[in-house]
Amino acid sequence: MLYRECGNYKDTYARDMAIFPIPFDRWGLGVMLVLAFLVIPYVASNYWLSSIMIPFYCFSLAALGLNFLTGYAGQVSIGHAAFMAVGAYASLILYGRYGIPLLPSILGGGIVSAAVGSVFGIPSLRIKGFYLAVSTLAAQFIIEWVLTHWKWVSGGVFGTVDAPDLQIFGWIIDTPVKKYYLVLCIVVPLVLFGKNLVRGQLGRNWQAIRDMDVAAEIIGVSLFRYKLIAFAVSSFYAGVAGSMITLAYYGAANIEEFNLLVSFQILGMIIIGGMGTVLGSFFGAGFMVLLPIFINQTLLALLGLETVPSDLRANIELIIFGGLIVFFLIVEPYGMARLWHTIKDKMRLWPFPY
Amino acid sequence: MSQKTEPLLQVEDIHISFGGLKALNGVSLEVYPGEIMAIIGPNGAGKTTMLNVINGVYTPDEGRIFFEGKERPLKMKPHHVAAMGISRTFQNLALFKGMDTWCNIMVGRTQKMHSNLFSQGLYWGMSQKEEIEHREAVEWIIDFLEIENIRKQPTGMLPYGLQKRVELGRALASEPKLVLLDEPMAGMNLEEKEDIARFVLDANEELGYTIALIEHDMGVVMDICDRIAVLDFGNKIAEGTPEEIKSNQKVIQAYLGEAEGE
Repeated sequence: MLYRECGNYKDTYARDMAIFPIPFDRWGLGVMLVLAFLVIPYVASNYWLSSIMIPFYCFSLAALGLNFLTGYAGQVSIGHAAFMAVGAYASLILYGRYGIPLLPSILGGGIVSAAVGSVFGIPSLRIKGFYLAVSTLAAQFIIEWVLTHWKWVSGGVFGTVDAPDLQIFGWIIDTPVKKYYLVLCIVVPLVLFGKNLVRGQLGRNWQAIRDMDVAAEIIGVSLFRYKLIAFAVSSFYAGVAGSMITLAYYGAANIEEFNLLVSFQILGMIIIGGMGTVLGSFFGAGFMVLLPIFINQTLLALLGLETVPSDLRANIELIIFGGLIVFFLIVEPYGMARLWHTIKDKMRLWPFPY
Repeated sequence: MSQKTEPLLQVEDIHISFGGLKALNGVSLEVYPGEIMAIIGPNGAGKTTMLNVINGVYTPDEGRIFFEGKERPLKMKPHHVAAMGISRTFQNLALFKGMDTWCNIMVGRTQKMHSNLFSQGLYWGMSQKEEIEHREAVEWIIDFLEIENIRKQPTGMLPYGLQKRVELGRALASEPKLVLLDEPMAGMNLEEKEDIARFVLDANEELGYTIALIEHDMGVVMDICDRIAVLDFGNKIAEGTPEEIKSNQKVIQAYLGEAEGE
C-alpha cells in the first residue's frame, strides 16, 4: 500500500479537518493500536513489558507534555521532571493515603501538577528564551527541595513513598500485562486529546505565540491566558506520566527518579524526536529509552565487544549513544518526525518524478 | 469621503517619548468610517509608533484615544484592543512562520472562537462546529486574496510578496472595524504593489473596511487614499486630500529638505 495523498479528494471542510484526513494515516494508526493492544502484550516477555514498554509510554507522554510547552508554545522548560514528581507524589498521596480510586488519583496527580506548573509559568509572561529556562530550572530545584523536606508529603528525608497495590474496583493490577494495559489505556486517550488540542485553535494560538509573540498579541491572542494554559496542560501531561511511571514501573516515588538529568532527557527527547509534533514525542522517547537497550543487547554483540570488562562496556555504550544523538541531529536537525514528513512528501507522487 | 460624520478613531494630542527622544509630540488624528487614510512621513517620523500607540503596544505619556465615540484607557492590552475591532499588519513580516497559510489566517479569528479546552481536545460538539464554520470564513478570505494554491504551505517558505498578502488576510480575518496596515507594499516590485493596492481597494470598496495605512510609495498613496496625514519628527505637519498634500510647502520641505538661500 502506498502513502497516497493525491487522488484523495475532500469535498467538505469537515472531511479536510478530520483528525487523520489521509486514509493511510488512519490505517497506520489502526495497525499501531492493534499492535499495542493485541500483539505486544502476548508476544513480549514480562521484562520487555514492565521495563521497556511501560517506561517508553510514560516518557512519551511526558515528552508530549513538554512538546506542548516548548515545541508548540515556544516556552523552554528544563524543570519538567519536577512536574512529573509533583504528579507522582500527589497521586500516591491521593491513592495510598486517602483511598481515592486509582484512575481519579492518577488524573488528580495531573491536576495538582497542572496547578503547580501554572504557578511556575507566571514568570513566562515577563521573560523568555534562556532566561525562562533558568527560571524553570529554579522550579526543578524548589520542587525537589520541597518534596524532600516537607515531611507531610514524603514522610522522611529520603523522599521515598512506596506505592500500594494497584486495584480498580477490586480488580488487582499486579502482573506486568495488566500494568501495561493500565498505562496504555491512559496514554492513548490522552495522546488523541492532545493531538486534537494542538491542531485546534489552542494549538494555533500556541504556535502563534512561539513564532511571533508581539504579532500574536496584536492579532488578539491573550499571551497571559495561552501561556498559562500551555504550562497547565503541559504539566498535567507530565504529572500523569510521573504518576504512572511511579505506580506501574518504579513502585515507589523517589525524588531521585525525577532529577535534573531526567528533565534534560525529556528535553532531549523532543529535540531529537521533533519539536512541535505529536509523533516526535514518541520517536524521541523511543530513541532515549529503547536505543540504549538496543545498543546494550545487540550492537555490542555485533561488534564483538562482549568480552570487554563491564565498566568499559558501559562507557562504550554511552559513547555510541552520544555519537548517534550527534549523528541524528546533523542529519536531521528538526528531529526524527521531520524525517517521516520528508518521506511523506516523497511518497506523495511516488513513483512519478513530478 | 471625509464628510462631517463621527470619526471611527480619534487620537488626540498624543505625547510619547523614549528616554530623551520625543517620538510623538502632540499628534492628533482622525480616521473616518469607510475611508482609506494614509500616514506618511520620512523615516523616524513616528508613524509606526503611532500605530503601536493605537494598538496598545505603547502607552502614551499624554493624550486621549476615542474609538467609535467612546474613550478608551491609554493603557490597554493589545489583545483587548484587538477585541474592540482594530487589526493590524506589520512593517517587517510578522507571520507565524511554522504554520500553514490557512492556520495563520485562522489565528486572526481567535477572538471569535470560544469553545473550551475539553471540547477542543475531544473535537466534539461546539469545537468541531466552530472549526468548520471558521474554516469556511478563512477559505473565503483565501479566495478573496487569490492565494488558494498556497493555503497548505508553511508561510515561512513563501516569497515575500505572498507573505505580505497572507498578513493582510490575517488582519482581515477578524472582520475588524479598522485595519491598520504598516507599509503593506514595502520592498515589492511594481506588479506586487499593484496587486496589494487592488486588494486594499477591494477590501475598502467591496467589503467596506476602514483602512489606515503607512506607506512610502507616494504614487500608491496619492492614488488610493482619501486623506493623508503627514508626520515629521513626531509632529503632524499637514493633513488633507492628496491634492492638498502634493502642493503643501511644509511637506515638500520635510521630504526634500529646506531650499537653501531662499
